[in-house]
Amino acid sequence: MPHNHQPILQTRNLSKVFITGMGFAKSRLVAVNRAAFQMGAQGTEIFTIAGESGSGKSTLAKMILGLLEPTEGSITFRGRNVTSIKGRKDRLWFMKEVQPVFQNPFETFSPLNRVDDYFLETAVSFRLIKRRQEAPEYLEKFLELVGLSLHHIQGRYPHELSGGELQRLSIARALMTRPTLLVADEPVSMIDASLRMSVVNLFRELKDKANVNVLYITHDLATAYYISDRIAIMLRGTIVELGPVEKVLDHPLHPYTKILKNSVPEPDPLNRLQPVRLSGIESKEFARAGCKFAGRCPSAMAICETQEPEAVIEDEREVKCHLYSESQGKTTA
Amino acid sequence: MTLLEAKDLKAYYITKSYGIERTVHAVDDISLDVNTDEILGIAGESGCGKSTLLRVMFGIIRPPLQLIHGTVAYRSGDRSLDLLSLTDDEYRQIRWKELSYIPQGSMSVLNPLRRVRKTFWDFIDTHRPNTTRREFEDLVTGHLSDLGLPAEVLDAFPHQLSGGMRQRVTIALATILKPRLIFADEPTTALDVIVQSGVIDLLRRIQAEARNSLVIVTHDMGIHANLADRIAIMYAGQIIEEAPAKQIFGNPQHPYTKYLIHSLPRIGDKSHRISSPGRPPSLMVPPKGCRFRDRCEQKRRICREERPLLVSIGENHKVACFLAVKEGAHAS
Repeated sequence: MPHNHQPILQTRNLSKVFITGMGFAKSRLVAVNRAAFQMGAQGTEIFTIAGESGSGKSTLAKMILGLLEPTEGSITFRGRNVTSIKGRKDRLWFMKEVQPVFQNPFETFSPLNRVDDYFLETAVSFRLIKRRQEAPEYLEKFLELVGLSLHHIQGRYPHELSGGELQRLSIARALMTRPTLLVADEPVSMIDASLRMSVVNLFRELKDKANVNVLYITHDLATAYYISDRIAIMLRGTIVELGPVEKVLDHPLHPYTKILKNSVPEPDPLNRLQPVRLSGIESKEFARAGCKFAGRCPSAMAICETQEPEAVIEDEREVKCHLYSESQGKTTA
Repeated sequence: MTLLEAKDLKAYYITKSYGIERTVHAVDDISLDVNTDEILGIAGESGCGKSTLLRVMFGIIRPPLQLIHGTVAYRSGDRSLDLLSLTDDEYRQIRWKELSYIPQGSMSVLNPLRRVRKTFWDFIDTHRPNTTRREFEDLVTGHLSDLGLPAEVLDAFPHQLSGGMRQRVTIALATILKPRLIFADEPTTALDVIVQSGVIDLLRRIQAEARNSLVIVTHDMGIHANLADRIAIMYAGQIIEEAPAKQIFGNPQHPYTKYLIHSLPRIGDKSHRISSPGRPPSLMVPPKGCRFRDRCEQKRRICREERPLLVSIGENHKVACFLAVKEGAHAS
């Protein structure tokens, strides 16, 4: 029975504006536009932020990790405001609680260092062990969680391991500080299909067995459906639909989510893609005044060009689309 | 009818640095036919040699890649040409006109300093030297509108086009001379799904209209399911299964293909998926016997000692696995 906890992570009105160029060539790019979501209010969960390239999903992840300063808005983690952390002690606490898993496991590890050195380094910098001798026993615990053993990796260099193994190693390293939240930015996009599910399943196990929340950032709706509890769909910096993954992907409401879902090639030759007809091509969508999708949307209305839709609750989810704000207006009237 | 017949191909990357010679057995004894009027998919994981195979079949072998053994016979009219032994001049007669290639990462194949129109002009002027400007304009605008591309792209520089648009321009360039056989290396990788579905649709339409043959290499089984009529699965430099797409997805026989198909997540299905343990062997020292055996749950002694050959187990269905062959024999 889901009962209400305090959310472990909450963002309010979170925006990031990049300013590029100078003088007349200066332009503003709103990479993330007033993102608001929470995680963990219903217990430990895997929350997915899905979007295409340029949707702002990685920028959002970087702000949550504290690698980028938000232009506007706030981030609260376990009741503490972590929008901009000052001071070494607070920073260390935050880094212990929130750990990243990056996209390319081959770049996470330096080719010149043995992989077990990373574990030692993390253990020492976070003062997780008192003496070096304790290390093997300590490491073994975490390697076991990800289905590897110290015997398997000791003294090995990154090139001796597969992408899947390296990614599981970087997850094991992230787990050492016993974080409450893992922020995983495209963790399986560089991993081959036959190994991919081993990493994806690991996130599920961590949630069930170790109570770790995962913020899963991806463009792949199929793996998102497979592991997540809730999902947010991002389009050009804006979260357009947010709710339980079965609701959002089985019965999408926002026209963009519908088209996105119908564009995913199903691995089934008997059920081939129907060509998607868009009313226009994507261009300058970031700079649009109203709904960012209005230029391509098959059901665009006049209001979509001028006014940005506000989030409304419809069928257990938040959706930002004038199609529904209108019906909302009718029902409340 | 067979259009291209690759036979006993072996192509290795041979490099030498500081006196140490390294050989990567990227294509290790592969025979594969391409029929007329079909889309053939070649699937496999990164590093299994699928792009190398495509390049060998197209006849572009450049160092450090070396052809060790094999022929690629292309049927042109009633002649049969071995693409791998043609001289440069002879090959120039048929390249792009009859055989064409859509390279991987076509983001960077267009010359950034030239407008798209100039690139098209260079292309046509080289292969049809006596084309007049007017004929050229008619040909190019007609072809672009067939593919559903706006004529304005001709006046653009590549950087002014989005990734999907650039990919479509590259496809338009590779298909404008109506080749009979098109090789495409990961034609939709790095594209967003919405754009990708447009490119899939485009490739399908090109093939349906011209009734030519398309060979598509990609790791993405979803693309294969949506495009290919027939699929060849590669593992560690060899083809381990070859069958019509419906068979590959509906009735896979090789243990590796089974893993590959059954581990694919689908929207609307949360049931547990497992991936195959271990990882592919190194192609520098490929193991004797079956190359999948270390990851295989049903391995036997024979798998260690002997290499399973690709043999027919049913109509158009070939498998390289001792297990499947035995079962197939029982069934028939």
